[in-house]
Amino acid sequence: MTGTSPAVVAASRLGLTFQTNDGPVQALSNVDLTIGKGEFVSFIGPSGCGKTTLLRVIADLEKPTSGTISVNGMTPEQAREKRAYGYVFQAAALFPWRTIERNVGLPLEIMGLSKAEQAERIKRTLDLVNLSGFEKKYPWQLSGGMQQRASIARALAFDADLLLMDEPFGALDEIVRDHLNEQLLELWGRTNKTICFVTHSIPEAVYLSTRIVVMSPRPGRVSDIIESTLPKERPLDIRETPEFLAIAARVRDGLRAGHSYDD
Amino acid sequence: MSWLKPSWQAVLAIVLCVAGLALGAIAAPKVDPLVQPAGTLIYPYAATSWLIFGALLLAALISMARIPSVVEAVVLFIGAHLVAWLLIGGIAGFEGLARAPYFLLLTAAWLLGWRCVAVLSGLRPMASWARSALRLVIPAIFGAWILILWEAVTRGAGIPFILLPPPSAIGQRIASSLPVLGADVRQTIFKAVIFGYIVGSGAGFITAVLADRVPFLRRGLLPIGNMVSALPIIGVAPIMVMWFGFDWQSKAAVVIIMTFFPMLVNTVAGLAASGHMERDLMRTYASGYWQTLLKLRLPAAAPFIFNALKINSTLALIGAIVAEFFGTPVVGMGFRISTEVGRMNIDMVWAEIAVAALAGSVFYGVVALVERAVTFWHPSVRGG
Ligand SMILES: Nc1ncnc2c1ncn2[C@@H]1O[C@H](COP(=O)(O)OP(=O)(O)OP(=O)(O)O)[C@@H](O)[C@H]1O
Ligand SMILES: [Mg+2]
Repeated sequence: MTGTSPAVVAASRLGLTFQTNDGPVQALSNVDLTIGKGEFVSFIGPSGCGKTTLLRVIADLEKPTSGTISVNGMTPEQAREKRAYGYVFQAAALFPWRTIERNVGLPLEIMGLSKAEQAERIKRTLDLVNLSGFEKKYPWQLSGGMQQRASIARALAFDADLLLMDEPFGALDEIVRDHLNEQLLELWGRTNKTICFVTHSIPEAVYLSTRIVVMSPRPGRVSDIIESTLPKERPLDIRETPEFLAIAARVRDGLRAGHSYDD
Repeated sequence: MSWLKPSWQAVLAIVLCVAGLALGAIAAPKVDPLVQPAGTLIYPYAATSWLIFGALLLAALISMARIPSVVEAVVLFIGAHLVAWLLIGGIAGFEGLARAPYFLLLTAAWLLGWRCVAVLSGLRPMASWARSALRLVIPAIFGAWILILWEAVTRGAGIPFILLPPPSAIGQRIASSLPVLGADVRQTIFKAVIFGYIVGSGAGFITAVLADRVPFLRRGLLPIGNMVSALPIIGVAPIMVMWFGFDWQSKAAVVIIMTFFPMLVNTVAGLAASGHMERDLMRTYASGYWQTLLKLRLPAAAPFIFNALKINSTLALIGAIVAEFFGTPVVGMGFRISTEVGRMNIDMVWAEIAVAALAGSVFYGVVALVERAVTFWHPSVRGG
């Protein structure tokens, strides 16, 4: 965590407690985390450990109840108003009354881009997720995986420097997932974006990340942070190398430790 | 017996037909004062009774043979309607004299018509024009049979005109009173209903958007709107007549009161209908209130809004007609109904009812068509 580059996300002693009808739920407690520019950080942990909540706090969709957090040196709210990040939700959340191309263009319309600029970005990002030819289709005419890809295209078209992705590839088959993993790495390498990526898959986390944040539940907290020693250039078959497997084993141990804490 | 495919409707029709044959004359004879010598009886269905029995049996039997469904439907259609036409035609002059076989035959013909519709609904034609034609033909046969049974029963059993006139008499009345009916429609529908509907629904919509924006309005307005909607129209209408005069404006006021609340409630519900994730998405784009309203919440509310528009299309018509019972210039559908009932011109009342039903259906249909075009994306529309 030696931040030579300026911090994009800086959280210290961050906590969030939901007040529910059956008492308070501590979704996050004492999260200390600094994410530098150009990092690819994966969040992994059992269901309910607060991964989505952490991402939502960064995105100013949820207010922390203790601690501090800054995004690009501002409060999350200011960062959101400045359109500092793109967010890919756990579900596609496409608008059924808009065609795919107009769904991807939605953030661009809101930003008030020119028609030509919109068309150019829509085409580029739909190409990127292999959805060219489906511009005029409606979301309900596509498969679940295609819808999720369209929602990724929408976040990419937004073209913010920070990308928050909540299990974006959870609903996809292995082959498409591999392909999109490659595409995402390629995009990340090319654009120097900062990416926060939630996943349940250890190989996916290890393959993509420069850093893996292992979280554990009740209360949701960061239990381990693993730096990846893999090179930036990563062909798919890097997943068979001993180095890769060693990192995966460390992540698995971290997850186990979190789980055994429960018992 | 592979050439036979029995259907219970056809079998039952044959049974009824045979029973009718056994029970004798279709209707009682009567004395005709014009024929000499005096006291001579004349008999109904003298020439057609064998044709009726024959057509019925033949159609029922052929329909059970293994023939293409389209042919079967055509045979049934011709048989059922020929029999009905002959029965109704023959009863002219013998109203009220029908005997049991008349009703048995009528039931048998109706069963064949039923079978015909059943066969037609089973058809799955490839061509799209044939499919849309079927969508029209099936309800048309259905509606025709309501009229046929109504006509045949009122005339066969000789139901008093005051209680229920046969549809043919109502039709004649409509044809002969077109100018009056036209003036009534213009007064009631084109003035009171349309104006009240647009203003009432529009005001309900705008109020809903305001109530959604300003929380104190939501808490204050919804209960009051609720109360207004519970006001009895019978009580409101005379007051509106006092406030706004006898002409259509007072009826439009009643329509406004009636249509306002369904639109308010539905739009408020619709504006809350967009999903959390979609709203969070708009937040991440730093989208303002109006952008979110226009691009997300109103489209998501469209099914609710159209629901209100459809409810209001019928409410508006009822409101305007009933309001005219409480004072109106000497024109208007409600006025006509209330005065013609007093004069025992029941066929005119029915004529107005028919026109109101037609106008209401067209109104509803137009709204429903626009709904289909606008909310094409909604599961309830795209599924069908
Ligand atoms: N709006 C809310 N109100 C109350 N409790 C909540 C709310 N959102 C989340 N929680 C609770 O906070 C905890 C963390 O939830 P969160 O959605 O962040 O988990 P997650 O790690 O994303 O899980 P998953 O992998 O299943 O998506 C859970 O115990 C959940 O019940
Ligand atoms: Mg989650």
